[in-house]
This record gives sequence, structure tokens and C-alpha cells, in this order.
Amino acid sequence: MAILEVKNIEKHFGNTKVLKDVSFSLDAGNTLAIIGSSGSGKTTLLRCLNFLETPDHGTISVHDKVIFDASLPASDNEKDLRRKRLHFGMVFQSFNLFPQYTALENVMLAEQLLAKERPDFKQNKKQIYAEIEEHGKALLAQMGLADRMDHYPHQLSGGQQQRVAIARALALKPDILCFDEPTSALDPELTGEVLKVIRSLAENKTTMVIVTHEMSFARDVADQIIFMDGGIVVEQGDAKQVIDNPQEERTKQFLSRYTQG
Amino acid sequence: MPEMFWSVNQSLLLALVDTFKIFACTLVFAIPLGLLLSFGSMSKIKPLKYLIDLIVWVFRGTPLMLQLFVVFYIPGILLHNNIWGSGTDGRMLATIVAFSLNYACYFSVIFRGGIEGVPAGQREAGEVLGMTKSQIFFKITLLQMIKRVVPPMSNEIITLVKDTSLARVIGVVELTHAGYAYIKAAGIIWPLFYTAVFYLLFVGILTILFNFIERKLSYFR
Ligand SMILES: Nc1ncnc2c1ncn2[C@@H]1O[C@H](COP(=O)(O)OP(=O)(O)OP(=O)(O)O)[C@@H](O)[C@H]1O
Ligand SMILES: [Mg+2]
Repeated sequence: MAILEVKNIEKHFGNTKVLKDVSFSLDAGNTLAIIGSSGSGKTTLLRCLNFLETPDHGTISVHDKVIFDASLPASDNEKDLRRKRLHFGMVFQSFNLFPQYTALENVMLAEQLLAKERPDFKQNKKQIYAEIEEHGKALLAQMGLADRMDHYPHQLSGGQQQRVAIARALALKPDILCFDEPTSALDPELTGEVLKVIRSLAENKTTMVIVTHEMSFARDVADQIIFMDGGIVVEQGDAKQVIDNPQEERTKQFLSRYTQG
Repeated sequence: MPEMFWSVNQSLLLALVDTFKIFACTLVFAIPLGLLLSFGSMSKIKPLKYLIDLIVWVFRGTPLMLQLFVVFYIPGILLHNNIWGSGTDGRMLATIVAFSLNYACYFSVIFRGGIEGVPAGQREAGEVLGMTKSQIFFKITLLQMIKRVVPPMSNEIITLVKDTSLARVIGVVELTHAGYAYIKAAGIIWPLFYTAVFYLLFVGILTILFNFIERKLSYFR
């Protein structure tokens, strides 16, 4: 059953069309990898899902409910928009951790702020905060960072920072977790620890959309792959099939650059 | 001779009160005004942005001393009515107005740099976590802005201490004015040189304060 359904998304920046009629759907518990050369629109597509960009055309549905429709006027108030955003989590290429907060505080902040809107917040404040702290610690432990909770971002390696960022994105239990080249800003020897964490999320049936240049990782971990070129979805299908046996000429050309090293 | 020394100290301390008044009032008015100007200079409304850029250019591009003269004398010339009155309070008020406008312009450029210096990714990370605009400002960007702004602001504020001496051109009896007065009145010049001690102490205290703030904010990068 599709948890995410993206239909006919288009996006312009000025006169350049960056996304042209992008459609795909993703089943709950599955992982989708988006591959493609630089400038093909992968980041822009993720940013549209996360409401960081507004598509000019198309719809986005989660759990069969349309949460974005470009043909309707943008009448959303801030509160509705925030609720819709929470369907998605986002892990950025450059981590974007909050430098003034510790690893644990980074993970807890959004949950704490959201808890203030709960009707029982005033009575149960202590208990709610205790639960949030426990949740944050469990997430960091899951990321292998149990001994780094009180470190500030600048005291952590890139790989550790990215794992904190993943924990932070998981804290609000998004339906779909998006990654934009999560290992591109890392030294090669640090990519492994981050990929390992993402792999274990996939094994635990977290629904994910991952933009990546790590082809073998995409092949092993993703269920589905989309290959994009010039803002168009050129080919999509089963991950292993697309990588091992691409049908489109452009996909073959793109992949050959990786296999030839 | 010791009596002379104490009477000089007394009158310089009295003048220091006015120096401090200019200093403190300028900060109180110029900081919020500078923040407003910085918002305006980043506005999407182009005419507003250009107007503010023009104002900032004029105030940063002409001497503060000239601005003091203009603020003090122009109302009398144009309105045939000296709105500042003839007393010392009026002179002080005109000084504070000129200083506040001038410093607000300098501060606005610093604030703008501080705001624009916080990477867009910080705001976006807050947005995708469902935070409101005000939560993003107060919980994420504000402290990062302050950290960026403290070093250039401490420079400006130290400059302000010394700029207060310009107020004597429109007759405000601040520290330098009081020291200078001894040349004419008593034929001695050392009180003028001695004012340096007061300025140095003033700036010394500020330096300690700013170092303290910078150290407090050094726990993150
Ligand atoms: N805010 C923007 N304004 C104007 N053009 C933009 C903007 N953001 C992206 N673009 C353009 O849109 C195109 C797609 O960019 P995008 O970042 O989505 O590509 P990408 O597939 O993520 O590339 P990469 O692999 O380098 O990250 C590029 O040509 C880029 O220059
Ligand atoms: Mg990209």
C-alpha cells in the first residue's frame, strides 16, 4: 500500500524548469533511492516534499490524503503547514545541527516545543519532559552515540554529527524520512558508520527517500530506484534491476561512470 | 596643590556623568533603531530598502561632528524655532539624537551581517522539524546572531566612548570639555591630559565586560 504518492510535480526557478512532471509512489516500509547527475533536480524534489520549496504543479499525498495540491490556493495557516511538514523528516547533506545545543538537546528540542501544544502539558510537564529525554537518549544510543550525548556539534566528527542529525529527524516519528546525500560531506572513512545506521533503519522498515551517489549502497539497501536527468524521471523500478540491468540509454551511460570507477 | 587635584577630579567626575549619559542613551536608542534599520535594509519592498540604504550612506559618509551641528542648528534655521531650547538639557538632547541616529546606522550594518551570517540551513532545519517562525528565531537563530555580532559591536561601543568628546562642539560639558576648560580658567593643561585616565578606565571596564560575554558564548561555534 502506497504511503507516499507524488504526482506530476513541476518546479521552475525563474525561467528554468528544474522538475518536469515527476511522479512516483512509495510503499510503507520501503526505501526509495534517487540517483542522477549533478543538477538533475534531486535536492529540489526532496525540498518540495519537505515544503521548503513550493511546486508549481502537481500533488503530494500521504496515506491517501492530499497534503499538497498546486492547483489550490495556498491558504494554509502556519499551524496546518507545520502539521503537514511533520509527515516528513529531513537529513541534510551539511547536517545543519544547531551549534548552541548538545547532541541530546538537538534531538529533544523540536519534541519539547511541540509538547507545549499538548492540552495536558501544564499538569504533566515534568513527566512529559522526562519521557522526551528518555526518547532522545534511546535514539542517540540507537545511533551508537550513547557516550556523546552531551557533546556540542563542533566536538563531534562529521559522521557523528550526521548520526545526531538522523536521530533528530527520527525524534518526531515522521512517516517518511528523507536524506539528501547524507554522506557527501564526509571523509571517505566516515561514510561507513552513517550508511550502516541507514541500513539498519531500512531493515527496521523505516520508510525512506534517499538521494545518494553511493550506487552499491542504493542497490543493496533500496527497494526502489529513480534515475533522474534534467528534471525528468528517466527510469524507475526495482533497485537491483535498475542498477544491474538498466533499460534506458541515459541510465546506462550514467551508471557506467560509476562501474568504471 | 592637593586641593587643586581634588577639585579637578571632582569637576571631571561631574563631567563624566554627562559623558556616561550620552554613552548610555545612545546605546538604548541606537540598538533597537539599528535593528529596525537592518530589517528595513533586508526588506523585499525595494523603495524602503533604497531609502534606508540612502540614510545609512549619509550617516556613515559624513562626520559625526557635522551631524551634531546640523541636528543642533537646523531646526532653528528652518523652523525659526530652536526646539532644543537654550539650556544645557537641550544641548544634551540634541547630542543624544545625533549620536543615536549615527550609531543606529553603524549598528544596522552589523546586525544585518549577523542575521545574514546565520546559514539558511539553520532556519530550514527548524522548519522541517515543525517549529514556528518565532520558535526558530528565539530558539535557534538569535543566539547565533548575538555571537556573530558581539565582536564588531564591542568595537563600535568602544569607539562611542571616545566619540562622546565631540559633543563639546555644541557646548555639552562632557569630560573633554571639562578638562579643556582649565586651560582658560586656570592656565593649566594637565587636567585635559588627565581625562585620558577616565577614558581608559571606562574602556577598560567595557573590555572586561565584552571579553566575559565572548567567553560565555565560546562554548559553541
Ligand atoms: N533556489 C534556486 N534558484 C535557482 N535555481 C536553482 C535553485 N535551486 C536549484 N536550482 C537549480 O536547479 C537545478 C537542480 O538543482 P538541484 O540542487 O535540485 O540538483 P541536484 O540533483 O540535487 O544536484 P547535486 O547532485 O549537485 O546535488 C540546478 O540547475 C540548480 O542550479
Ligand atoms: Mg543535491
